[in-house]
Amino acid sequence: MTPRRQRMFMLAAMIVAVGASVFFALRALHGELLYYLTPTQVAEGRAPTSGNFRLGGLVLPGSVRRRPGSMTVRFVLTDGHHSIPVVFTGVLPDLFRPGQGVVARGDLVKGTFVANEILAKHGPGYHPPGIHSRYNAPHIPGSLPGGTTALVTRP
Amino acid sequence: MSGRWSRWIHRWASPPYFYRASRPWGRVFAVVSFVAIAIGLYGGLWLAPPDFQQGNGFRIIYVHVPSAWMSLFIFVFLAVCGLIGLIWRIKLAHAMASAAAPIGAAFTAITLVTGSLWAKPMWGTFWVWDARLTSELILFFLYLGVIALSRSFENQQTGDRAAAILAIVGAVDVPIIHYSVDWWQTLHQGAIFRGNPFDGHLHTTVAPSMLWPLLVMWLGFMCYFGALVLWRARSEILLRQLDTGWAREAVGAP
Repeated sequence: MTPRRQRMFMLAAMIVAVGASVFFALRALHGELLYYLTPTQVAEGRAPTSGNFRLGGLVLPGSVRRRPGSMTVRFVLTDGHHSIPVVFTGVLPDLFRPGQGVVARGDLVKGTFVANEILAKHGPGYHPPGIHSRYNAPHIPGSLPGGTTALVTRP
Repeated sequence: MSGRWSRWIHRWASPPYFYRASRPWGRVFAVVSFVAIAIGLYGGLWLAPPDFQQGNGFRIIYVHVPSAWMSLFIFVFLAVCGLIGLIWRIKLAHAMASAAAPIGAAFTAITLVTGSLWAKPMWGTFWVWDARLTSELILFFLYLGVIALSRSFENQQTGDRAAAILAIVGAVDVPIIHYSVDWWQTLHQGAIFRGNPFDGHLHTTVAPSMLWPLLVMWLGFMCYFGALVLWRARSEILLRQLDTGWAREAVGAP
């Protein structure tokens, strides 16, 4: 074997070894490296029983209620299969709106998610106003593509 | 390797030839890059319509997304240079990697900073530890590691080889960054190009009137990288070969 072939084999072996270990590490991390849990994942019992976690989903259109004269807002977060009511007092991100994706941090108190932080999770669609795109809403795992428009018009 | 390719590679791998022949290519890249970035910025900042939900705030995409693509591309470039340098012992490949690494680190830093500035008004936070942002931050540290490693040895050759191995191993982060938004639930939105470019199912989530300046900016950034990496590599091989006749002649030393 020429020295060049030897070096090729050494590097190929190294790449295969690193690739394999990363592949198994990623497989183990699949479904674990989650920045947020969906309402369905919470219903499956994957949320911690005590302490904060992040809940992600779409703001159900028609569910947003503001208490007059206060910074408190209530809405329902859904992934199309399960829904969780959320209450939050504070400043909402500019992109907060019905149908928008949202990641809330807080904890579940008697079935209501009491949030202390709300972040907007928008979709990958960019276009001028007035065009309908299925990428307007973010993809929430387990939900239907097309966001809440698909959810509310679903039979 | 067939004869024609092999001859071509060996000719270009010769430092004196590369030093002479790369100069016009650097100029071509520089001119194309200047024109493309000028057109891309005009298209992105003036001609493209405001976004349906982000208004004019979305226009930072014209710097953020091409920078992010460059940060991934340049790391793959480092890994390929490393492989060529390690297997075929072509010194020019290591000099190219050495020239490219700081440019890649700069694009990664630009990606992280513009992303952070974009995230605050849109998402409501400067930073989150989701899989996309974290894996891109790791890429930045990998770049710093490659740069530091190549300069950490008395012997340039040892440094080159150590840096090449880190670049090859570290390149595993590139697909992780790309697929992070599909594999894990992240706050960062999904990719703007979807599907497979090879079976004709590639489609995009961006309106054409907003997309073309993005692609022109990307062309400009690629050519900017081309111009800069050739310019830096030329200085790098001069520095590395200052004890040889051709290099002394090139810098006008006696």
